[in-house]
Amino acid sequence: MIEWTIRIVASFSIVVIFLIFIFVFKEAASLFYGKPATPTTQTSDVDATATDEPEGYNPSSDGPETYGQDTELTAVSIDAASSTPVQTDPDRPEIYNPDSGPDPGSVVVARVDEAVAPTPLSENIFAGVWQPVGESPKFGVGPLLIGTFKTTFIAILIGAPLGILAAMFSAFFAPRWLREIVKPAIELLAGFPSVVIGFFCLATVATFIQDTFDTQFRLNALVGGIGLSLAVIPIIFTIAEDALSAVPRTLREASLALGSTEWQTAYRVMLPAAAPGVFAAVLLGVGRAFGETMIAIMATGNAPFGSWSIFAPARTVAATIGSEMGEVVWGSEHYGVLFLLGASLFVVSFGLNAVTELYVKKRLMKKFQGA
Amino acid sequence: MSTFTGHQSYPKRLLGFFAVLVAATAATAIVLLLLSLFGTFIYKGAPHISWEFLSQFPQNNNTEGGIWPALAGTTLLVLLMSILGVPIGTATAIYLTEYARQTSVFARSVRFAVNTLAGVPSIVFGLFGVGFFVQFLGKGIDTATGSSMFGDGSLLWASATLAVLTLPVVIVSVEEALKAVPRDLREGSLALGATRWQTIWKIVLPNSVTGILTGSILAVGRGAGEVAAILFVGVVYSTESLPGSVTEKFMHLGYHLYVLATQSPDVEKALPLQYATTLVLLGLTFLLNFTAIYIRSRLRKS
Repeated sequence: MIEWTIRIVASFSIVVIFLIFIFVFKEAASLFYGKPATPTTQTSDVDATATDEPEGYNPSSDGPETYGQDTELTAVSIDAASSTPVQTDPDRPEIYNPDSGPDPGSVVVARVDEAVAPTPLSENIFAGVWQPVGESPKFGVGPLLIGTFKTTFIAILIGAPLGILAAMFSAFFAPRWLREIVKPAIELLAGFPSVVIGFFCLATVATFIQDTFDTQFRLNALVGGIGLSLAVIPIIFTIAEDALSAVPRTLREASLALGSTEWQTAYRVMLPAAAPGVFAAVLLGVGRAFGETMIAIMATGNAPFGSWSIFAPARTVAATIGSEMGEVVWGSEHYGVLFLLGASLFVVSFGLNAVTELYVKKRLMKKFQGA
Repeated sequence: MSTFTGHQSYPKRLLGFFAVLVAATAATAIVLLLLSLFGTFIYKGAPHISWEFLSQFPQNNNTEGGIWPALAGTTLLVLLMSILGVPIGTATAIYLTEYARQTSVFARSVRFAVNTLAGVPSIVFGLFGVGFFVQFLGKGIDTATGSSMFGDGSLLWASATLAVLTLPVVIVSVEEALKAVPRDLREGSLALGATRWQTIWKIVLPNSVTGILTGSILAVGRGAGEVAAILFVGVVYSTESLPGSVTEKFMHLGYHLYVLATQSPDVEKALPLQYATTLVLLGLTFLLNFTAIYIRSRLRKS
């Protein structure tokens, strides 16, 4: 009886995973039915009719649509270029703020009046411009993907070598007393709330980067990437350290007995032996970096530029959800797109975790049992 | 590092020296970064912390005054979160260590689910909080009872979201504590004729209370600094008064910092407040973390 109660409570974690699946996807799925799944408020009903009606009304508006995109693109960049370099205050991450536009409800009404045809979502999502509030909202996820990739890449490029090398130092080279200092210190870094790291980058790192590289934009992908690497380092360090320490002592002793030195053993025997674990550490680091929200909102500039330059502002998928979800109209297309982005974040993190759990651990075990 | 390198050629020894040096530099760099983080916030934040700062409401559009409602809101939030999350986490840990056969499919799926939960980005928990707790549960309760209290973001739904987010933290540390209870104790109890549940309730749990406490404290430390997950489930810029019930909206230290740092009308004026708020938030999380580490190290020694 009690055992069954505990069993049921224990299944809570599984249930939650399923609930996340169902409820995040449910809200996103409303996009594909045309009608929102949760018409809870008055505004969402208005919006539903607004998006449905003009669709058949003027289906071939490709010409003016692209024209509109071009002007808006330049408008955005001019606006950003004029406002950013001169600013000295550390606290204006939102160079381009879609939320400062007119109230979303009134936009919907205006859209009906002027009969501007919204692009169908399937085309809109690949349009290459993210401008969710406006006369014809654009949900091109391209810039967001570029931003996410850029910042995650920088974070891993900085975080992975630092984390792995520090793990090697702690596992093999450091004397015992030093390890007792280094290990808890780096793990302490994991205890920093991400909003604090975000603020640190916004206030301190951004100034340093601008002074060093003389960048046009004070907040850019590099600053964001450095911030994310601070969040990623303790994860990579901890897991890599575990993996390196778990390599059987016999391997090390055999290598030393054959006449190789301590560092040769560390770099050529132990590191390759722990490779799957180190790989898992980097994968989990990637998972943390692309899902991180507060650092990405505060330190990257948060503008959907779609530029590959590391000195241009970037906006990540997670930051987009974080900064726009609060103002969105319930059940609108924008709302659905944000949930779709969230669902994709969930799928990727789930996949990364599944890979590390099922594949890497199995390989690691096989390797050591065979050794 | 007392390695015999006598027969190594000179370039190889140089290479070896560099190999160790590079690793040591990486470790030093990270520790220095950590120190600079602490140093910045203590140096710039400490002068502005006073009793007035901690006990007053923010004034003049968040450019003056204190952080009392944010501090109180955070405390209430994590308390409610622990009440909701710790029993579930403890029960799961009990199942995993005491009842489950480690090879059974169910036990393995629970473990997989816990690991997955630990890796889900916190913003996704935020969306889950909106989609499930507010829109589904809250609106459902409102429709069923005819009230209008639950269908919006509130302290209750934010705590529930955070309870789900911190569940893996609780499970992992309680599990560790349960495993530390010697087998002999369990076997002795079972040999005297106690049932499995009696053994757990009277022998295992009393012996792992500190572990459960550690888990809760770690979860609270994580929950106190989490902002992304509660962005859409009830946190607000400012309140007139402290939340009087669990269905009201609240202020939160981390969110307060975010608002001060990104949406402040007068940045120069608010900068000292930002550093001071950060220091309070850091102090809170690290006080909790250090307590947990201390309890845990004592537990390991005994």
